[in-house]
Amino acid sequence: MQLLANIAIDGLAYGMVLFIISVGLSVTLGLMRFINLAHGAFAMLGGYVCAWLVRLNDWPFVWGLIAAVLVTGVVGALLEVLVLRRLYRSGELQQVLFTIGLTFLMIATVNLLWGPEVQLIPLPVWLSAPVDLGFRTLPAQRLLVLGVGVLVVMLSAWVMHFTRFGIWLRAAVDNTSTASTLGIAVERVQVLAFAVGAGLAGLGGILGAELMPLEPYYPIKYLVLVLVVVSVGGMGQITGSLAAALALGIIETASKYLASDWGSMFFFVAMALLLAWRPEGLLVRRA
Amino acid sequence: MQLIHHSHQPWRQAIPYVLWVALAVVVYVFFPDQLPLGARIACMAIFVMSLDLVVGYAGLATLGHCAMYGAGAYAAGLWATHVSGDPLVGLLVGAVAGALVAALSGLFLLRFQGLTFLMLTIAVSQILENLASKMRHWTGGDDGLSGFSMGKVLGLASFDLSGRVAFVYAVVVMLLSLWLMRRIMGSPFGLACVGIHENRLRMAALGSSVTAHLQRIYIVAGFFAGVAGALSAQINQIVGLDTLGFDLSAEALVMLVLGGAGHLHGAIAGTLVFMGIHHVASAINPYHWLFIIGALLVAVVLLPRERWSLAWRARLASLGAARVHPSRGVP
Repeated sequence: MQLLANIAIDGLAYGMVLFIISVGLSVTLGLMRFINLAHGAFAMLGGYVCAWLVRLNDWPFVWGLIAAVLVTGVVGALLEVLVLRRLYRSGELQQVLFTIGLTFLMIATVNLLWGPEVQLIPLPVWLSAPVDLGFRTLPAQRLLVLGVGVLVVMLSAWVMHFTRFGIWLRAAVDNTSTASTLGIAVERVQVLAFAVGAGLAGLGGILGAELMPLEPYYPIKYLVLVLVVVSVGGMGQITGSLAAALALGIIETASKYLASDWGSMFFFVAMALLLAWRPEGLLVRRA
Repeated sequence: MQLIHHSHQPWRQAIPYVLWVALAVVVYVFFPDQLPLGARIACMAIFVMSLDLVVGYAGLATLGHCAMYGAGAYAAGLWATHVSGDPLVGLLVGAVAGALVAALSGLFLLRFQGLTFLMLTIAVSQILENLASKMRHWTGGDDGLSGFSMGKVLGLASFDLSGRVAFVYAVVVMLLSLWLMRRIMGSPFGLACVGIHENRLRMAALGSSVTAHLQRIYIVAGFFAGVAGALSAQINQIVGLDTLGFDLSAEALVMLVLGGAGHLHGAIAGTLVFMGIHHVASAINPYHWLFIIGALLVAVVLLPRERWSLAWRARLASLGAARVHPSRGVP
């Protein structure tokens, strides 16, 4: 029982981190059909900036987190406007190569600035202390991850379904040229979506720093995980990504607890089965 | 894309082979210290060419090509450990293992397209990597499979410490593979694969069985990837889990695109450039070389080769025109 509860809670927290990191990639893939393999680099950037502010400049954790997320979002927007926008019409291979090249450049830059060591983000006392929930105690950090995850899910659902921006975004995902004919400023929607996605990846990088240690090779190491979540969830499907992230997070955590000598075997088997079952996305029935 | 070979000028086709042989001779004579590197490059070049069949010719973007390479490497290593150390038989065993993995995984993978296909290729290679890691008893797990000894090539020359035999062996196998792959891709079957790359629907409408063709090219690519893996096992005399790793697939893709997807000679050139830079730059600092390779990739995409060659040709044409009609004052 204790074991099952541990698996459920750790798995959910892990899944939430995966979701927060990958939701932006899912949206940009669905919206711009742009395969951004540099997305993991945004998560790393967020984590590094936060670690730098909190650990070396003694900022309070919350302010460091907010600043890091904003910085990542701005970097994402700048990249989109300056370079990535030109690549929306090129082939998949071109996009893959460019963003891999970009990832390499970011890895090398991060190493140049901060060195190859793992970066720790010191947590304030109220986050590192255990919390008694009545039936068991949990590290407060896990609760924060779960809480922020739920918040991100609710906020994105609200934005997608109840705001004008959400309508524009969904219209642009369904058919970009029709949306632009109808007078929707598609380019502006794209920049905003990209910036928010990058910022969220940064947030995920910070919150998940305990599970996925921050080091220069971070973007390559966790690239596959993020891509798996996006492809299993379906491009542009926010709820699909959430379901995929939680399912895969729980499977990975369970296999670490129960069959650690098998490595990530079950994770990839589950991924292959899920993808084969629903190639268009976990929550999309085949037409 | 260089598809139809100039069959009326057979000597033209021979030129690149002569150049590769000349390069190999220069390395052999003047850079004896670099022979092990040269053998590794030749071996990787076979792998990148086999990736070219899938990515450049058939147009299937894959990040799991290492599955066949690793299968070939482990098969050759296990064969040398338990059965016989003859290198040529080992190559064949590796090739068959690669083709077998390609045939089995292709049955499943080729039902899907685009991102789904890409992700499933990653899944297959990762599953194999985890299996190899789990079956420690057979594969040595994280420590790798080693301790097997290779026999003499053709019963004549044995692998030595200077790496001369390994180098010549690897280069000869590479050139033979290149020749075979070019023959296959120049055949009606190869052209049909390119047709599927360019327009799947139209090829299906023309009566070409798309899935069967893709399945076949995937097996052929798996065969040569297996050769590359077996060759690496023989010249390095160790097989590690990295032969099944995601990094290998990604790096091979980078090499392929540096040289130009859809050109087998380009695949060799890309491998040469990538591994050459890697060798020099990583000796200085492992991270610096990421700067170089990252910048190269970004440049390759932002400055497409077609634009370069067009601009270059226009330049040449205008120069030629100026020479013929100097009075017209072409700029």
